[in-house]
Amino acid sequence: MTTPTQQPEQPGALPGAMYTSPIPVRPTHLGHALASEWTKIRSVRSTVWTLCVFVALVVGIGLLVGWKTSGETYTDVPYTIPALFGLMLGQICLITLGVLVVTSEYGTGMIRTTFTAAPQRHRVLAAKFLVFFALAYTVSAVSITVVGLATAAINEIPSGPGENWGTSVLLGSLYVSLLGVLGLAVGSMLRHSAGAITAMLGVVLVPAIMPAFLMISPALRGIGETMLEYNAPNSLSALFGTAMYDGQAGGVPQLLALLGITLVAVAGAFALLEKRDV
Amino acid sequence: MIEATGLTKRYGAKTAVHDLSFQVRPGTVTGFLGPNGSGKSTTMRMIVGLDEPTSGHVTIGGLPYRRVPNAPRQVGALLDAKAVHGGRSARNHLLCLAQLSGIPARRVDEVLGVVGLQDVARHRSKGFSLGMGQRLGIAAALLGDPQVLLFDEPVNGLDPEGILWVRTLMKSLAAEGRTVFVSSHLMSEMALTAEHLIVIGRGRLMADMSVREFIAANAAGFARVRVPDTEPGSREKLAAALAEEGGQVLPEPDGALRVAGLPLPRISDVAHTAGVRLWELSPHQASLEEAYMRLTQGAVDYRSTDDRRAGLHEEGAQGPEPFPVPQPGADQPGWYAPPPPRQERPAAPDLSKSDTEDPR
Repeated sequence: MTTPTQQPEQPGALPGAMYTSPIPVRPTHLGHALASEWTKIRSVRSTVWTLCVFVALVVGIGLLVGWKTSGETYTDVPYTIPALFGLMLGQICLITLGVLVVTSEYGTGMIRTTFTAAPQRHRVLAAKFLVFFALAYTVSAVSITVVGLATAAINEIPSGPGENWGTSVLLGSLYVSLLGVLGLAVGSMLRHSAGAITAMLGVVLVPAIMPAFLMISPALRGIGETMLEYNAPNSLSALFGTAMYDGQAGGVPQLLALLGITLVAVAGAFALLEKRDV
Repeated sequence: MIEATGLTKRYGAKTAVHDLSFQVRPGTVTGFLGPNGSGKSTTMRMIVGLDEPTSGHVTIGGLPYRRVPNAPRQVGALLDAKAVHGGRSARNHLLCLAQLSGIPARRVDEVLGVVGLQDVARHRSKGFSLGMGQRLGIAAALLGDPQVLLFDEPVNGLDPEGILWVRTLMKSLAAEGRTVFVSSHLMSEMALTAEHLIVIGRGRLMADMSVREFIAANAAGFARVRVPDTEPGSREKLAAALAEEGGQVLPEPDGALRVAGLPLPRISDVAHTAGVRLWELSPHQASLEEAYMRLTQGAVDYRSTDDRRAGLHEEGAQGPEPFPVPQPGADQPGWYAPPPPRQERPAAPDLSKSDTEDPR
C-alpha cells in the first residue's frame, strides 16, 4: 500500500499530546488477582448453590448415619466415618465447582475481558487455583468436623482409635479438594464445561467400575487390582480408616498419587495457557 | 500511540489479517472501518494480546500489551460487550476487574454513574439489553482512567440517546489527549465521530488518512443529467456524446443519467454541441458511506442477494417470472460513481471463497 501515512489535523490538541491519569499507576501483584478471583467466586449463585449441596450431602448424610450408629462402631474407625458417605457424592460437587470456576469464563467469553484486564494470564490462573483450593478445603474440613463432633455427641464414644479423627479431617478434605483442583486444571485445558465435567467423572468413576471386568482375565488382573486400590471412593475410604477393597487403613499412597496427577495437570494448564489464543 | 507493524494472523488456510501496518495517534478519534469479517476484531484482539500474531507485532506506547505494567490503567478496551458472566451483577463484574489492577471500589460506583447503570448496578447482567451491555462494557473500559481506549463496535444496540452520548464521549476522551481507536461498520457514525480513518478489507490495509481526504480520494462527486422525456433517442445520443468526451455514464432508474468524470459546464457544452436540451443538470457530493462502499466493494466477504423465494415454489409449477427490477448498485460494479481517481487500490485478493467461516 503506497498511501502515505499523514498526520491528521488536530485542532486544539498538541501533536503527540498524551493524557496521563492523575491517579498514580501502581504495579499489580498476585494479591490483586486473589481479591478479584474471590469476588468472582462469591458473586455467582452457582458457586453458592454447589457448595450448599456439598454441605447438605456431607453433613446431612453424616448426621443421619451418625444417628443410626452406636458407640461400638467406632472402636476401630474414626468417628468422622459418617461423613465419608456424604463425601462420596459430595466430591462430584467440588469437581463441578472446580471445573466451572474456569470453564464458565470460557463459556461466557468473560475470559477475554479477564485477560484484557490482566494480561499476566498465569497470575490469574494461579489465583483461581489458590482461591478455589482454600475455599474447597475450608468448606470440606468444616463439614467433616461438624459430622465428627455431632457423631461423638450422639454416640457414647469409647476412648480408642476413633478419637484420632483429626487426620481424617485434614487428609479427607485434602483429597476431595485436590479432585476439585484437578477439575479446574482439566477445565482450563479443555475450556468447555460439559467436556471437562465428563472427563472428570470418567477419572472418578471408570477406575471404580472397570476392575470388575478386568478381573475376568488373569493377564489384566494386576491393572484391575491397582485400579481397585487407587480409585477415588476406595482412596477416600482408606483415608477414613477403612478401605473398601482390602480393608487397609492409610490411604497416603493414594493421596500422593492424586497429588502427582494433579500437579501434572496443573503444569499442563499453565503451559497451555500462555500459548493459546483466547 | 498504537503502532502495528506487518501484523499478520492466519487461522489455518484462512488469512484473517495480512501484513497490516498503521499508527493510531493520541488526541484524535481514529475510526477503524471494514466490512464484516475483514479482520477488525482480530486486529483488536491482537492489540490487547488475546491473540498472538502469526507474524509482525503491535505495541502500545512502545510495549507489547502483555508487557505494559498494570495494563488496564493504561489501556481500556471494549472488545465484546457480551463477554461477561451473566450470573454476576454489573457492580461485581466491574469490581472483579477493578481489583485486578488495584482500582478502589468507589471508582466502580463512579463509572457505573458515568454510563448510567447505577440503578441496575446490583442486577445480574444476564437480564441486560444489548444497549445496557454496551454501557457496561464501556464502563469497564473507562475503569482505569486509561490513556489509550479501544472500542469494538461501541454503538451496537444503543438507542439514539446512547449513540449521541458515545459520540460525545469519544470526542471528549480524544480532546483530553487520549488515543481513541474505534471500530465500526456504521459509516454515518464514523463520519460524525472520527477525524482519522484506517480502512481494511479482507485483512489488508486499504486506506489510512483523514476523513476529508478519504472522501475526496474515494468518491468524486457526480452529476445527474436528465433530458426531456418528450424527445426519444436524445438520451442515448447524449450518453454517447458524453462517453466520447471521457465521462462515465450510467443510467439511473428514473431515466436520468449519472455522469462522472466531467465537470458540469463541460456536460452542458457537450449537450449543446449534440443538440440535446437538458431538463436537469445537478451536482452531487459523495458521502463517506459511498466512498467506503466504493473502496471496499471488492473486499466484501458476505454479500446479500435477493430472496427469490424459489425454494417455496412447487416443482414444475412455473410461477410468474419475477419482474427484474434493476437494483441500484447490486449488479453494476461502477454504480458508486467514477473509477478511482488514483488507480492504486490493491486488487482485493480472492481468498478462498469456500472458507467464508468466521475464524473465531
